[in-house]
Amino acid sequence: MTGTTATESDPMVVVRGVHKVFGRGADGVHVLTGVDLDVARGSVTVVLGPSGSGKSTLLRCINELEEITAGSVRVDGELMGYREDAKGVLHRLHPKVIAKQRSRIGMVFQRFHLFPHKTALENVMEAPVQVRGLSRAAARQRALELLERVGLSDRVDHYPAQLSGGQQQRVAIARALAMDPELMLFDEPTSALDPELVGEVLAVMQDLARSGMTMIVVTHEIGFAREVADHVVFMDDGAIVEEGAPADVLDNPSEPRLRDFLAHVL
Amino acid sequence: MVDRPSGQLPEPLHARPVPRPGRWVSAAVVLVLVAMAVNALVTNPNFRWDTVWLYLRDVVVVRGVGWTLVLTFGSMALAIVLAVMLAVMRRSDNPVMRGVSWFWIWFFRGTPIYTQLVFWGLLSVLYPRLSLGVPFGPEFWTFTTQDVITAFWAALLGLALNESAYLAEIVRAGLSSVDPGQTEAAKALGMKDGKILRRIVLPQAMRVIVPPTGNETISMLKTTSLVLAVPFTLELTYATNAIGNRIFQPIPLLIVAALWYLLITSVLMIGQHYLERYYGRGFDGGRTGGGRGPRGGRRKPRKQDLIGASGTTKDDPFLEVTP
Repeated sequence: MTGTTATESDPMVVVRGVHKVFGRGADGVHVLTGVDLDVARGSVTVVLGPSGSGKSTLLRCINELEEITAGSVRVDGELMGYREDAKGVLHRLHPKVIAKQRSRIGMVFQRFHLFPHKTALENVMEAPVQVRGLSRAAARQRALELLERVGLSDRVDHYPAQLSGGQQQRVAIARALAMDPELMLFDEPTSALDPELVGEVLAVMQDLARSGMTMIVVTHEIGFAREVADHVVFMDDGAIVEEGAPADVLDNPSEPRLRDFLAHVL
Repeated sequence: MVDRPSGQLPEPLHARPVPRPGRWVSAAVVLVLVAMAVNALVTNPNFRWDTVWLYLRDVVVVRGVGWTLVLTFGSMALAIVLAVMLAVMRRSDNPVMRGVSWFWIWFFRGTPIYTQLVFWGLLSVLYPRLSLGVPFGPEFWTFTTQDVITAFWAALLGLALNESAYLAEIVRAGLSSVDPGQTEAAKALGMKDGKILRRIVLPQAMRVIVPPTGNETISMLKTTSLVLAVPFTLELTYATNAIGNRIFQPIPLLIVAALWYLLITSVLMIGQHYLERYYGRGFDGGRTGGGRGPRGGRRKPRKQDLIGASGTTKDDPFLEVTP
């Protein structure tokens, strides 16, 4: 259902007034308190913020891993998780349709979450074969190309437990790319890595950004934000408190909380 | 092993062990007790070892062993299928599914297997006719219960339904031992729930599910002796009891049955040992050090080692076993 015709100039992601409350009633935790965000096509948005500020939750709301409490998320003009009828009434989408929506959004996790019982190659082939119904031969060809792109041609038959953290994360990126996503979400992709392995993952992400992929990256790597991001967003307490070009946000922060955060991270 | 430049291994220490006379004394005492027990078993004429030996290879007894094995494996196979369904229902979003699964487990674990088997045997008395048709509406096919649910099927169903309740809890523990991140990663790729269960979660849950299931199989072997409640009269315990009563020598025939159960259990234990080693191995292993590929002459590590090494399943989830 792409009802609204998205044009090249429209943003890839439009987040409007998104709230997320975990739990119910008085015990509910209000994690997102009204987030608005536009992500332009082919741009890289880096989301910064202290832990508990709702960065990861925002990411997980964009691909429907979390159901939003209020607001709306549109990806490529398409409303995520719901269908709005002519009278403006919302209908929850069938899980099959939501699965289809998710298949167009790649996601990379902090802790990789590779499938341990499958080789690197099988991890990358799994979704194209099982979700897209691609032939095994075609999926294999594509998986080999992607693993080469992330620099792991010599590790295709290794199982995740035989790979370093950096290698696992690069396989995870290849696995997400195998579905030809129009948007890639990175949830602290380097936070679980040993310091000497961070660079190889960031290099793959930088290469991906250069190829024109639309990316939203939650990270603490200020260097990456400065070098690769088109747009930097700072979140605190479930809301976006400052955003803009990296040079403005990182070098001339107007918000005291951001200044404080940068002083701690750098 | 890494060769250090210095290369020289030091001479290991040579020290006298701590004297432990208590060990020798306790070992001697236990050995004497064991010898006494063996002697009391072998030399007691009341056991009639000649009769035991004769009937150990009797046709009816061996056929009983066959039926016992059929009941054991048949009911376990059916129970495993039911258990996976029950465990999945128990995790369902649908409250009716969860409720039915909860009730099933509550009922079949909460009543004695013997009573359940008696009821399965009485099925043809309670419901003389079975029919297929529209619920509360017209019937299309009717059967005489006795023709469809024979004593054998009553026994098999009775054992399987009871066992499914126990296995369902084992499967549930296995499923919940898998890191939720695995499901999330699969979801994020656009996989649907059924595929996630079959291709991602179940294969990893097997490490936790298989060892207690082996245990349950051994338990089931002995539980089959209760099917005389149905009554099903061809399995090992009933067959040997019948012979024992006929020749007025019940004790040797009890020993015959016990020896067969021991033999089968021993075979199952060997099987279980290998299964557990296969599924439980590689908590710390599986990592190939020097970056040598699986094709670099090294043995390709077992898939299961790697599942274990990845740490996506908990080592010791709480498991309920054996009634």
